[in-house]
Amino acid sequence: MKSRRIKVDCLARVEGEGALYVKIKDNTVVDIKFKIFEPPRFFEAFLRGRTYNEAPDITARICGICPIAYQMSSAHAMEDAFGVKVDGQLRALRRLIYCGEWIESHVLHVYMLHAPDFLGYPDAIQMAKDYPDIVQRGLQLKKTGNDLVALLGGREIHPINVRVGGFYKVPTRQELAPVAEKLKWARDAALETVRWTATLHFPDFEQDYEFVALRHPEEYPFNEGRLVSNKGLDISVHDYDNHFIEEHIQHSNALHSVHKGRGSYFVGPLARYNLNFDRLSPLAQETACSVGLSHVCRNPFQSIIIRSVEVLYACDEALRIIEQYEKPDKPALEIQPHAAVGYGCTEAPRGILYHRYRIDDNGVILDAKIVPPTSQNQKTIENDLWQYIPQHIKLPNDQLTLQCEQAIRNYDPCISCATHFLKLKIDRV
Amino acid sequence: MNRHPILIIGVGNAYRGDDGVGLRIAQDIKKKSPDYVNVIEQSGEGISLMDSWKDADTVILIDAVHSGAQPGTIHRFDVHTQTIPAKFFHYSTHAFGVAEAIELARALKQLPQNFIVYGIEGKCFEAGIGLSLEVEESAQEVVKRVKQDIHNCSPLK
Repeated sequence: MKSRRIKVDCLARVEGEGALYVKIKDNTVVDIKFKIFEPPRFFEAFLRGRTYNEAPDITARICGICPIAYQMSSAHAMEDAFGVKVDGQLRALRRLIYCGEWIESHVLHVYMLHAPDFLGYPDAIQMAKDYPDIVQRGLQLKKTGNDLVALLGGREIHPINVRVGGFYKVPTRQELAPVAEKLKWARDAALETVRWTATLHFPDFEQDYEFVALRHPEEYPFNEGRLVSNKGLDISVHDYDNHFIEEHIQHSNALHSVHKGRGSYFVGPLARYNLNFDRLSPLAQETACSVGLSHVCRNPFQSIIIRSVEVLYACDEALRIIEQYEKPDKPALEIQPHAAVGYGCTEAPRGILYHRYRIDDNGVILDAKIVPPTSQNQKTIENDLWQYIPQHIKLPNDQLTLQCEQAIRNYDPCISCATHFLKLKIDRV
Repeated sequence: MNRHPILIIGVGNAYRGDDGVGLRIAQDIKKKSPDYVNVIEQSGEGISLMDSWKDADTVILIDAVHSGAQPGTIHRFDVHTQTIPAKFFHYSTHAFGVAEAIELARALKQLPQNFIVYGIEGKCFEAGIGLSLEVEESAQEVVKRVKQDIHNCSPLK
């Protein structure tokens, strides 16, 4: 019986802290576990007793990378509870700030965290020595996203301008003009990013995934739509709890979310793209096709190209919104709280982010449920590794470890959201 | 000419115990800093950091570290002569944080002329506000040392 053991203390280039444990016996994988160390962050519990209008700012603190997603899902859930519909320019501004978050989050992952895997560098710093212009382009592109979030959100990190019913303050057309100039450059840079990522080498790897994303009648989804999948799911966000369940897994502090009948599912850029290709802007569609992507992409390693296509879309969409923008009369709609349950689900950069709140007559939160994208993808990541590791089992431990890390980074896991991430250990016994 | 040739950056999270020490020091320095000094607070996100220092001649960055030394230990690095050990600053949940930003700027030949980093060894990084005693004492010492650095780098000299 042949024994091998691989141990890596810390998986770099993911957001947060945690661990992956892989056990291999006689060249067969016998166990794979995500271990998440940090205790659950109890946000759901400490939202109880707070008022409905505090939820966007409290939940935004769950993640420094995707605070807008938390603000959007919580604001929409509260508006759903109180029967308020934000539309017109306020709705457009919400899409605009979401564009900013997608740009900054995706660009960070594409250039700084994921690209080094494909080019054989331990990190972006080493990569920058050989590809300074490319890394420089990534930095400036990300900055455009930061600028957009800072302008609409009040500041880059932990923005504070989103509220239930709209915003605290809305920009004038003049205030948006300088960022539009930057976005024009960014759109070109995003186009180059799609072309560049498409030249990387991708392992041949596909599984029969169930992709789940929002779908809107007209738009590529940010804030609204029905929840659909490639396996027949088509439900209102209100029915989320009837179809998905969070399971506590002994080895992880994060909950695994699964579809009640079918188990694991896949959320994020690949799911959105596969279910909404026809809703991308013409430029994003043409660019995707020009680099050889079809309307469906099932290879998670190619998520780096899809993320780049979404950055291109976000730049394009942001410019469209700014061009058509007129400052609304009021920055927010009035809210009359009453006892109700509200549901919100929006597309965070990493996939659907579900919020549900039960509110009393005084607008106080009685209970809250938050399901971040990474906990929904966790089981799919494990499943990928069950398939992927056997294909590379003969590699020496250090190389196998790198392959595992790359496969995990396909999902851009944000462990700050799903509690915290990631150390990696491979045991061969 | 650059109006604020000297930039002081306090990095940290005020809601994570000793991780807030960089912010606290920046606030102290800001109270009585000369006109040519700009003091800012940052969360530690690398790309924003690189952007914040791009026009400065001299940067002094202060952050909490977690290297295994005695709590309160003051580490001082001259970025031009020393590499920043990435593990020092890895308490942050940012995959691209202080050390990465400095090393990436070095790789891209975009480091400011003078660059000093102070790392204060933290003791408690749990959720909550306030510094532990050892870190509080070191914070006061670092404020003095940064003021001396500012004096040494003064464009008026």
